[in-house]
Amino acid sequence: MSSRFRLDLLLLYAVVYMIFIYAPVLLLPLFSFNDSIYITFPLKGFTFKWYQEMANNPALLASLRASVEVGAVVAVVSTTIGLLAAKAITRYDFPGKTAVIGFISLPLVVPYIFLAIALLTIARKYLDIELSLWTIGASHVMACAPFAMLVLMSRLEGFDKNLEEASLDLGESAWSTFWRITFPLALPGVVASLLLCFTTSFDEYLLAAFLAGNESTLPIYIFSQLRFPAKLPGTLALGSCILVTSFVIVTFSEWLRRRGVQGKGVGI
Amino acid sequence: MVSAAERALEPASRSGLRVSLRRLYLRSEAIRAYSLLSPMLLVMLTMLVVPMIGLFILSFWTQIYFDLDRTFTLKNYIDIFRLTDKPFDFWADPFSALANPIYLKLLLKSIRMSLTATVAVVLLAYPMAYFLAFRVTRNKLVWLILITVPFWTSYLLRIFAWKVILGYQGVINSGLISLGVITEPLEFLLYNPTAVTITLAHAWAAFAILPIYVSLEKIDRSLLEAASDLGDTPVQRFFRVTLPLSMPGTLAATLLVFIPTVGDYVIPTLVGGTSGIMIGNIIQSLFGKANNAPLGAAVSIISMLVITLIACAFVWLVGFGRTRNRKAGA
Repeated sequence: MSSRFRLDLLLLYAVVYMIFIYAPVLLLPLFSFNDSIYITFPLKGFTFKWYQEMANNPALLASLRASVEVGAVVAVVSTTIGLLAAKAITRYDFPGKTAVIGFISLPLVVPYIFLAIALLTIARKYLDIELSLWTIGASHVMACAPFAMLVLMSRLEGFDKNLEEASLDLGESAWSTFWRITFPLALPGVVASLLLCFTTSFDEYLLAAFLAGNESTLPIYIFSQLRFPAKLPGTLALGSCILVTSFVIVTFSEWLRRRGVQGKGVGI
Repeated sequence: MVSAAERALEPASRSGLRVSLRRLYLRSEAIRAYSLLSPMLLVMLTMLVVPMIGLFILSFWTQIYFDLDRTFTLKNYIDIFRLTDKPFDFWADPFSALANPIYLKLLLKSIRMSLTATVAVVLLAYPMAYFLAFRVTRNKLVWLILITVPFWTSYLLRIFAWKVILGYQGVINSGLISLGVITEPLEFLLYNPTAVTITLAHAWAAFAILPIYVSLEKIDRSLLEAASDLGDTPVQRFFRVTLPLSMPGTLAATLLVFIPTVGDYVIPTLVGGTSGIMIGNIIQSLFGKANNAPLGAAVSIISMLVITLIACAFVWLVGFGRTRNRKAGA
């Protein structure tokens, strides 16, 4: 009897917790359809005009394009080097393994502000590199590659090493073993990693803001719009589109990633 | 394993330097591992280690208007710690003893705010992780995905949502006014340290659940049964078995939230106002408007050092407590 009661209490807590996590975010789409320039209750009427306004905004479209380009390049580069590193760590024993994993995970625990100013320092005070979308992309690779590695490590640990050894024993070269055995088996993890790196880069503001040249990415554009109250509804519409897109992408990639390796203690 | 690969390539290895190098490569797991790791290590070296060294060296230089004086000096560090010439009352305000108290004062304030947020996040996350590990049997994948999704979706927009909620003409104020609870908007909601702490706690909530969940999930269920069989009540069992065994995950969660939140820049900028600024804001302004990058570098180095020391002290304290308990138990 008492355990039944406790179960319900915990479930109630879980539901309230999920509401706390999701409710603030869901306000953005709600107000993006509100026919008023003020984000206040009670809601006025239903409108699509903020979305129409958004589609006719060249500055917004340019930064959207920049974000997609940077995100795509970052996703491919981070996943590639992440896959190589994950293979090395899950397949081989080598001296300094723990230290290497710790070193690669460093960007996950250093506050981004310090990474951003350190990169800005190296680019401007030492090397005189012009800031551009390339500098943003480079910093995003540094921030995303550890995620890619960790996602792919849990995927590579999830399947039988003997398959690779069998392929080598049967006369395949290391290269064709990789393409015919390792890569297809790791594919769900690779896709998940590509999508997660893309959204991380697409949403990242701080590194991008410090390392941006003339062209801005979408988060920088949004941040600049937040100062003007008159532009808030347009920003809400844009934010809602981004939220829905990243929600779909992330849900799909999480489903891909956790499907095969469920219950094996997938971190992060 | 290595020899299997070698055997496959045996016909090719007849003679020559290239072939013997190739054999060495195949024989040594370490060389193969490090060559696979090399692109990643190269990225970390050029994008993390070199910039940090650069920042460290910069902190010993001086900015003179638009030029950098590259002669070595401790001036920036002295500026942060120098004592004031004026009379001060240490007991009323210890920071009044410093000539430029703002840097250390803000650092302390940032640490306090982020500690509050971290404690709130971990305390709120623990029951949720417990629920996931012990109560959810069906649809676990759905729950896990629901929890991880906010972790990856736009940080900026989640903060923006709080600005909308807490604002002067925001959701809470307009909602309360239309309900007739208040007549004037509440001004204390936005642009203060409390707003920053609430937003920090919400933005990082998802980060704490997963490490705790993983360590709870790993607990051997027969240990729990043994505790019950030997007469522990559920509460005793939780404090004597479950909680100690989940400490590694809880510790990881605490550090994963505490370390990045101290340096957060976006949240205090958007919802903190002037009273809610944190150390990240002052560093940004030193590199930007204030045009004193070397001092900014010195403030960053001190901040990173203090954060690392706190993290190490925390790990050491928890580790110390655990070994002492074990000794007492033996």
